[in-house]
Amino acid sequence: MSRRPLRTGGYHLVAGGISILWLLPILLVIVTSLRSFDDVAANGVGGLPHSFTLGNFAQAWVDGGEFQAMVNSLIVTIPAVIITLALGAISAFALSRYDLPLRRTVLLVMLAGNLLPPQILLVPVSKMAEMLGIYDTLAALIGVQIGFGLGFYTFVLYGFMRAIPNEIQQAAVIDGASPTQIFWRIILPLTRPALASLAALAFTWVFNDLLWSITVIRTDSKMPITSALLGLQGQYVSQWNVIAAGSVIAAIPTVAVFLRFQRHFVAGLALGAVK
Amino acid sequence: MTVTLTAPAVAPPAAAGPRRRRRTLSPTLLAFVLVPLLVETFWVFWPAIQGVYLSFTSWDGVSPATVVGVGNYVELLGDPTFGRALLDTVLWLVLFGGLSALGGLGMALLLLKDRRGVGFYRAALFTPVVFSLVATALIWQAIYQPDGLVNTILGALGLDSWQHSWLADANTSLYAVIVPALWRQIGYIMVLYLAGLKGIDPTLYEAATVDGANKWQQFTRITLPQLSSVNSVVLSVIIIDSLRSFDVVWALTRGGPYHSSELLSTYMYSTAFQSLRLGYASALAVVIFVLAFGVILTYLVRAFRDADA
Repeated sequence: MSRRPLRTGGYHLVAGGISILWLLPILLVIVTSLRSFDDVAANGVGGLPHSFTLGNFAQAWVDGGEFQAMVNSLIVTIPAVIITLALGAISAFALSRYDLPLRRTVLLVMLAGNLLPPQILLVPVSKMAEMLGIYDTLAALIGVQIGFGLGFYTFVLYGFMRAIPNEIQQAAVIDGASPTQIFWRIILPLTRPALASLAALAFTWVFNDLLWSITVIRTDSKMPITSALLGLQGQYVSQWNVIAAGSVIAAIPTVAVFLRFQRHFVAGLALGAVK
Repeated sequence: MTVTLTAPAVAPPAAAGPRRRRRTLSPTLLAFVLVPLLVETFWVFWPAIQGVYLSFTSWDGVSPATVVGVGNYVELLGDPTFGRALLDTVLWLVLFGGLSALGGLGMALLLLKDRRGVGFYRAALFTPVVFSLVATALIWQAIYQPDGLVNTILGALGLDSWQHSWLADANTSLYAVIVPALWRQIGYIMVLYLAGLKGIDPTLYEAATVDGANKWQQFTRITLPQLSSVNSVVLSVIIIDSLRSFDVVWALTRGGPYHSSELLSTYMYSTAFQSLRLGYASALAVVIFVLAFGVILTYLVRAFRDADA
């Protein structure tokens, strides 16, 4: 009886300690983003703060070009997520709900494409974009993000749609509904939880991507936020206050999505694990 | 019982209608499959084939590519930087992969039971997952600075002699880069294990307790075997992620100093887009693909089995 509170206390000490250790870097970047350059220079990045300013955010946002970068990132991320999910949903629908020839093969070929290491695609994709005349444009980035993500979304949605009972669909078939109607009116609404999870995941993946953006984008003003953040690192060498503010700004959209869709997000990550 | 008996009797007539319908390939359904497949073929499969072809050429991206056969691969064998990158990639796989699996499983076991505060603890470990690896890298770059948090803490503990320029020293750079990667990956692996642990039937533990099994026996005889499918997912994720790892290294060290933190992926990128040796870089990419191939195949075989389950 007397050991219970002790064990509970021990648990919270261990779990709480680890949590604080985990959050410490995030706390540090927020504190640093609010310090003045003179303070950081005098007391070190690891020192206790002696100043408070919001100016670093303005500097990263305006002079550091993060405003433009954020716009670019959203221009890429939003259409890429919507189009990938739309394409993934229609292929998953056709493959999971109808006896199409070779359907499992097609599904696995699509998944295989997503499992490929992106490095093998970098050179050909950048050359293809040049030939198409879309090299160094956001369109190239949207295209490759759609193509590369598609297989995984199709696979996850396939699993989800496959689990929907057939009776629901049969009733609609008897009423003379076309595949498009069945997809739009019956299957898609039932797939909403999976779509929400995938949308939250896809948003963070595309938004946080670095490799594709530095492969197909050359001009600074067209860079999305992650590669712009690397630029900030070069532009404000050792001005940790500005770099920290830039990192905080870059993290806001994904953290917001995470907080808003937390349950969906975590469920999405776990989707592949339990099967 | 009646349900299982009557179901087959009723099913055939009901299924006959839709089945006949399904046999006729509706153009809509065909488009539903072919359009996404074509998009992926255009952006993924076709470039992948070209990538393999380019690995047998010498190409600067401007003048026409010349076929050199296996020349690039022969050169790889004698390239010390490739050796270093390969070794680092293996080290990365073992350290980053091993520690994130152990850490993730440990955290999942610690934070499995629903009790007060557990939501906060899980969220704390999970938060880094939503950050971009570049933002993560910049945070840690500040921490590793000569006047950063690590050295400040070492100084406060009186361990001044341990203070270090962590990222600039060829002896420590790789390990210094692994830490932020782990900081992010452990939360992700924890989520996978939490999902797996929650799927274990609690009556197994009850039966084991009745039989007098202690906690360790329960862990090795029930928990681990029950987690086998999650383990294989985690293993695939770890290997594929290790071979893809790029962002955090690129943002922190770009593979330096003196290639001491070079991974195959960073070496491939710099060879392609900084040295502009596109054929040689393609050969590096093919090596990465070959290393990933086994995992991809195992993953697909498993997916194939599960696809209709």
